[in-house]
Amino acid sequence: MEKYTGKSVLKGIAIGRIYWYRKQDYQVVKTEVPDKEAEKRRFAEAVETAQAQLVSLYEETLARVGEDHAMIFDIHKMMLEDDDYLDAVNEVLEEGFNAEYAVETAQDQFAEMFASMDDEYMKARAADIKDVSRRVIRILAGVPEDGILTDEPVIVVADDLTPSETVKMDKNKILAFVTVRGSSNSHTAILARSMNLPALVNTGMTAGEELNGKIGVVDGFQGEFLVEPEQELLDEMIHRKNQWVADLEALEQLKGKDNITGDGRRIDIFANIGKVEDADGALAADAGGIGLFRSEFLYLGRENFPTEEEQFLSYKAVLEKMGDKKVVIRTLDIGADKKVDYFALEEEENPALGYRAIRICLDRPEIFITQLRALFRASAYGRAAIMFPMVVSVAEVRRIKEIVNQVKEELSTEGHPMKDVELGIMIETPAAALISDELAKEVDFFSIGTNDLTQYTLAVDRQNQKLESTCDTHHPAILKLIEMTVKNAHKEGIWAGICGELAADTDLTETFLAMGVDELSVSASSVLKVRKAVRDL
Amino acid sequence: MKEFQFTINDPVGIHARPAGLLVKKAAEFQSKITISGNGKSADAKKLIKLMSLGIKQGMEISCQIEGEDEETACEAMLNFFKENL
Repeated sequence: MEKYTGKSVLKGIAIGRIYWYRKQDYQVVKTEVPDKEAEKRRFAEAVETAQAQLVSLYEETLARVGEDHAMIFDIHKMMLEDDDYLDAVNEVLEEGFNAEYAVETAQDQFAEMFASMDDEYMKARAADIKDVSRRVIRILAGVPEDGILTDEPVIVVADDLTPSETVKMDKNKILAFVTVRGSSNSHTAILARSMNLPALVNTGMTAGEELNGKIGVVDGFQGEFLVEPEQELLDEMIHRKNQWVADLEALEQLKGKDNITGDGRRIDIFANIGKVEDADGALAADAGGIGLFRSEFLYLGRENFPTEEEQFLSYKAVLEKMGDKKVVIRTLDIGADKKVDYFALEEEENPALGYRAIRICLDRPEIFITQLRALFRASAYGRAAIMFPMVVSVAEVRRIKEIVNQVKEELSTEGHPMKDVELGIMIETPAAALISDELAKEVDFFSIGTNDLTQYTLAVDRQNQKLESTCDTHHPAILKLIEMTVKNAHKEGIWAGICGELAADTDLTETFLAMGVDELSVSASSVLKVRKAVRDL
Repeated sequence: MKEFQFTINDPVGIHARPAGLLVKKAAEFQSKITISGNGKSADAKKLIKLMSLGIKQGMEISCQIEGEDEETACEAMLNFFKENL
């Protein structure tokens, strides 16, 4: 047996024959042609053929997977109509070289331009330029289009797949994707997710064609690709796969059901989201609300501060999507591992213990006030709650409340409609947990951030992989801090939830219910899993 | 010549899809339409150039329109930005 590891895109298991997808990689040869004009006509005809292919690809994809995936082919078609692209090709044709070489030259020039942009999304567009250029080159050279020639469904293994290639494949014949390169943002990954197929990307494997026809297992839970496993292991994987399929079906049945235990105890299960569109996933997963909306997305990957209006529109969009469901928005948590240039933060020896989150907000209130204004204005459009990260003292909370009151007064003088907003804090430092009795008198709720709480309690750096075994998330110290926090919350009549990774740990669901935790906020994909754990108690 | 300023609200900025739509919209007019932002400028009828501006959320762009149908083009472009970006 051979075993490869990669980045898993979807937690699932596929078992079947391997199909090694070989690209008809055509090597372009640079030659001089006798008749420039004839070569230009040959290029123009190839472009026309390519456009016709792209139109039918667009329609096919539109019908099969929808507009979001189809539009990329419309963009490809427009790239072939782009004056700058055509000029670059024609320039080489004018020098008397062959069309294949001219297209490749233009391809390299534009792909390099996109690849050098400082934006991950735009960098990925280099793949589109290459995809569309290869299409024209294949037509010019008379190389047939790649496809899968198989009768039974297979595990497709490839170096990397372009959008044209992925979409061209007959979905009924694919069990899973495994690619040597590619990221979790690649088209393969996105498509695999939308089709609910297990996929592994970036396996870095050196094996190739010799895998063809062998039996393979893609284990999306472990991020492993097994080739020709021994019978015993294969039997085990078949068993796990059947289990997975059965679990999936069982979880689907839980949509619309209560989060209630056999003996009648209830708990709220909310979802964590990081951007506006994620609210759709939370609703689809039947989450009871949003327990953690990280507002960092508004600040990351840009060159200046987001305006009040921009923030307002984003918060409003999520609140409107969620309707009467609660949305807990966390104010900005920049610093530590999340760096943004325009904040001009100094390098620190210990960033996790440094200038971050609420500490920045209280030190630079102008940033904080802009965000609070946007949040309170958006509150008119749904059921908003606001929480503040990295609190360690009662004084901080009082200062926050002063600023909040000042913002609310300003807004009401300006005539902005607002609704009542619950104010809460993250309990993610041992200090906050230990004084939670005092803090509970100041706020409307607690949300326990177990990732940071674990790191600070155990003095273990989360980013350090060597310490993974020391990072025992079930450590009694952490559980004691959680229990203490919940107790102190209830003493003052406020609610307490958990929004860290631990919330989705079903080994602890019973413990959390016994402690009286009111709400668990987990990734959208874990909502039903946790609901099942609750209902099984 | 007509001109307007606009601040991009779309979370991803002028990425592939809106760039494609923008080119199609601009192509409906005779006027020369230029988009400037992020320290660069591009002909609104050229997809790759437009995408290469790297316009992101929060950036202010300016749109200049010059030609016989600049009045109608200006109004249509401004509406386009409001609806799509």
